[in-house]
Amino acid sequence: MSLATYALTVNGKAHSIKVDSGTPLLWVLREELGLTGTKYGCGVAACGACTVDLGGVPTRSCVVPMSLVGDREVTTIEAMANDAVGRIVQDAWVATDVVQCGYCQSGQIMTAVALLKRLPHPDDRAIEQGMGANLCRCGTYVRIRLAVKAAAQQLQRGRTP
Amino acid sequence: MTRRIADVLVVFVLSATAVQAAASRAEGLAAWQQVYSVLTHPRCINCHTASDHPDQGDDRHRHAFNVVRGPANQGVPGLTCATCHQRANASTGIPGGPGWKLAPLSMRWQETDGRILSSGQVCRSVTNRATNGHLDGAALLEHHSQAPLVRWSFAPGRLPSGALLTVPPLTHDGFVAATRTWVEAGTPCP
Repeated sequence: MSLATYALTVNGKAHSIKVDSGTPLLWVLREELGLTGTKYGCGVAACGACTVDLGGVPTRSCVVPMSLVGDREVTTIEAMANDAVGRIVQDAWVATDVVQCGYCQSGQIMTAVALLKRLPHPDDRAIEQGMGANLCRCGTYVRIRLAVKAAAQQLQRGRTP
Repeated sequence: MTRRIADVLVVFVLSATAVQAAASRAEGLAAWQQVYSVLTHPRCINCHTASDHPDQGDDRHRHAFNVVRGPANQGVPGLTCATCHQRANASTGIPGGPGWKLAPLSMRWQETDGRILSSGQVCRSVTNRATNGHLDGAALLEHHSQAPLVRWSFAPGRLPSGALLTVPPLTHDGFVAATRTWVEAGTPCP
């Protein structure tokens, strides 16, 4: 146990967090900051439910200890409504009626946003490769793919649905 | 008589030089075999694949989670190496190092079916400046001495289970010393 104080910027807001250096970022977000939109799924980076944006990279927050976060800014699902691409993706998710139980969907959306920011017009293969490590036990993969394509079309048109 | 002695001396010196050169090449080849034993250890060769994905584990199975190589050897948009691998080994059991990525396909050290290339094939690949990033012997030595991901393979940390990841058969110092001997011998290949 080695408690340390970390300066952490989440969704544009600065925080000072005193936790054990090995505490995963996920638990700081959920337990210290109350940002429970990011979910705990597997705890070993295998399912993607905990995905957040860390310094511009979609990242599995369950396996990143605070000691390795550094000065990178964190963006979570709670900020997606105010993100240009995030808003479009969330609207496409609703319009396509993607969600069944919903538990994995914040991670799915965070990954979809990261994918579309790097690759605005992904084909099926790019969607499968980029989203393929985000698991959904309800099996909503077909609708996820449709929603990513719908969001890409909206991005191309430059407006929300 | 004097001339005959001089001729004998010349032959002796030339023979001694030839023996020294041959020994140097032999030492170089022996050192290369040590280098090869490291390069083909899973900590190294798992990211020197001939496929569109990295391998993992001592049994060199395909990397889990549908991870793929991508155009820059660092994954694809949405799922990059950095999605999980940070700049250092994580206490959570995920290995990491600066610039975590696959080696380019030009530096593959295995066949597409996973069979490891022979010592001579890997040696010729490593020394081919047209495909190795234009590294000469000195640069190869520098790479083996200083490259963060090379150094990582000798201190790969623990798995999520807490078990230590296995390490190559030489220490990093031993690996650098073997590379130096091989380079000083002119990077001979079997």
